[in-house]
Amino acid sequence: MANAVLAFKDFNVIKGIWGSPWVGLKHFNAFFENPIFWTLLQNTLLLSLFLLLAGFPIPILLALMLNEVRSARFKKFVQLVTFAPYFISTVVMVSIIMLFLAPRLGFANVALQYFGFDPINFLGEPGMFRTIYVTSDIWQTAGYAAVIYLAALAGIDPTLYEAAKVDGASRLQKIIHVDLPGILPTITIILILNVGNVMSLGFEKIYLLQNSLNLPSSEVIATYVYSIGLLNANYSFATAVGLFNSVINLVLLVTVNTLAKRLSNTSIW
Amino acid sequence: MAISTAAPRRRIRESAGDRLFMFAIYAILSLVLIAVLYPLIYIVSSSISSPSAVTSGKVWLWPVDVSFRGFETIFKTPQIMTGYGNSLFYMSAGTVISVTLTIMLAYPLSRKTFFGRSAILMLVTFTMLFSGGLIPTYLVVKEMGLIDSRWALLIPNAIWVWQVIIARSFFQSTIPEELVEASEIDGCSDWRFLWSVVLPLSKPIVAVLVLMYAVGQWNAYFDALIYLKSDKLYPLQLVLRSIIIQNNSAGVMDPSIQVQRAEMAELLKYSLIVVATLPVLIIYPFVQRYFVQGMLVGSVKG
Repeated sequence: MANAVLAFKDFNVIKGIWGSPWVGLKHFNAFFENPIFWTLLQNTLLLSLFLLLAGFPIPILLALMLNEVRSARFKKFVQLVTFAPYFISTVVMVSIIMLFLAPRLGFANVALQYFGFDPINFLGEPGMFRTIYVTSDIWQTAGYAAVIYLAALAGIDPTLYEAAKVDGASRLQKIIHVDLPGILPTITIILILNVGNVMSLGFEKIYLLQNSLNLPSSEVIATYVYSIGLLNANYSFATAVGLFNSVINLVLLVTVNTLAKRLSNTSIW
Repeated sequence: MAISTAAPRRRIRESAGDRLFMFAIYAILSLVLIAVLYPLIYIVSSSISSPSAVTSGKVWLWPVDVSFRGFETIFKTPQIMTGYGNSLFYMSAGTVISVTLTIMLAYPLSRKTFFGRSAILMLVTFTMLFSGGLIPTYLVVKEMGLIDSRWALLIPNAIWVWQVIIARSFFQSTIPEELVEASEIDGCSDWRFLWSVVLPLSKPIVAVLVLMYAVGQWNAYFDALIYLKSDKLYPLQLVLRSIIIQNNSAGVMDPSIQVQRAEMAELLKYSLIVVATLPVLIIYPFVQRYFVQGMLVGSVKG
């Protein structure tokens, strides 16, 4: 991590990291003035935001619904199945996406043609990229993320349910007035952790899903660091970009944590 | 049911609205179930169908013209088998190293008498929230001369901070301070205590660590992508990437089946996905409870 000082230096292979000259904020300035800066920032933020907006509530809904199910066997089965995709590796996940969305033979296009629509090159459309990314992410992780909420729901004091029942609450009212407040601290903590990760998107998956056609919307800061730094060996500049990313992340995390502490007295430290 | 016979009471009847609500919940959950299961079944079915059925889109749910040609080709391809062997090696060696190191870091951090405990814990947690980034990490690995060696996949990511935190809170809540004192009086050394008292009492958490690290290693590809150069060291995931995602099946195909090459290439992708994922998915139902346990231990604030 100490090597992050590289961001403030001009890296020279012969002199090594510590021997390279200091250049101050040169690389940061170069990055901010580069027109790609805004594209990268926009892509990173939009993708994260979509992921947060769509991906965050779904596990909560799933857990709330599962919690209502009375048949223990059905509940267990749904849990088992929805948890399973979590174990699929990123490479296999992207392979599945590509097979399903392949331009001609993919399942999605075969189905489209079957119903008389024109096939779509899903992965080649920059406009489709975020939808594909977010949907597949939800498919893969919703069941996993629901586990924590289910545990929190199991910890709610049963007398509250009895009281609600005596007061004649319907199931929906019970969810709104007992379940949700009961798991609010858990929701807050997970939200804080998620916001802290807003800028550190799952690089591995984006990188694999990238192709020259969808690059306008799929190039994010992390993939840019990889291609500039490791493929083009522009170490100092890439370090600066990466460091910028990390700093934003930390600032976001601290901000959300402080906000949550003020509003609901829940925080991660 | 024993309770209801002991204290018979009338069930409050559900209102029509509630029953409708429950019906909606069951319907939605069933849809979720189908949405998750369908792609998985489709892939398994495709992998055991005939090549031409796959490419002509005849497979909808169940296999068509069952054949195991895809799997036969896979097991005859040295590139894939080397990858499989490598992955098995990385998984077992990596898990042993990671679990040992994690326990050796987490256990002292759980003891109140450990000097500098909170400072070290702060440092460890800080690395989880903030990292120097990809390039500095890469350069460190490079300086240590680990590029293009098997160690590059085993050492740099050996410890996951999250696992340390989970293990630490487990030790903290299950190993009472009195136990340490008692063994100290009996003349037990720290190592002996860790080995013959702490570990036997911590089987559940060791299981969690082993499984998390094992699955993590099996599924990882990124470290291999940046640190490894020679393909004889490649783990299975990288081989998969080159065959499926980069559509590069030249090395796999036997020249005698050139004619059906395109069809075969499609089929191979499905078979490869099955081969790479099956080991994990088969053991998963038996070990799911450990994962759930691990997540819950971790969510208890330490």
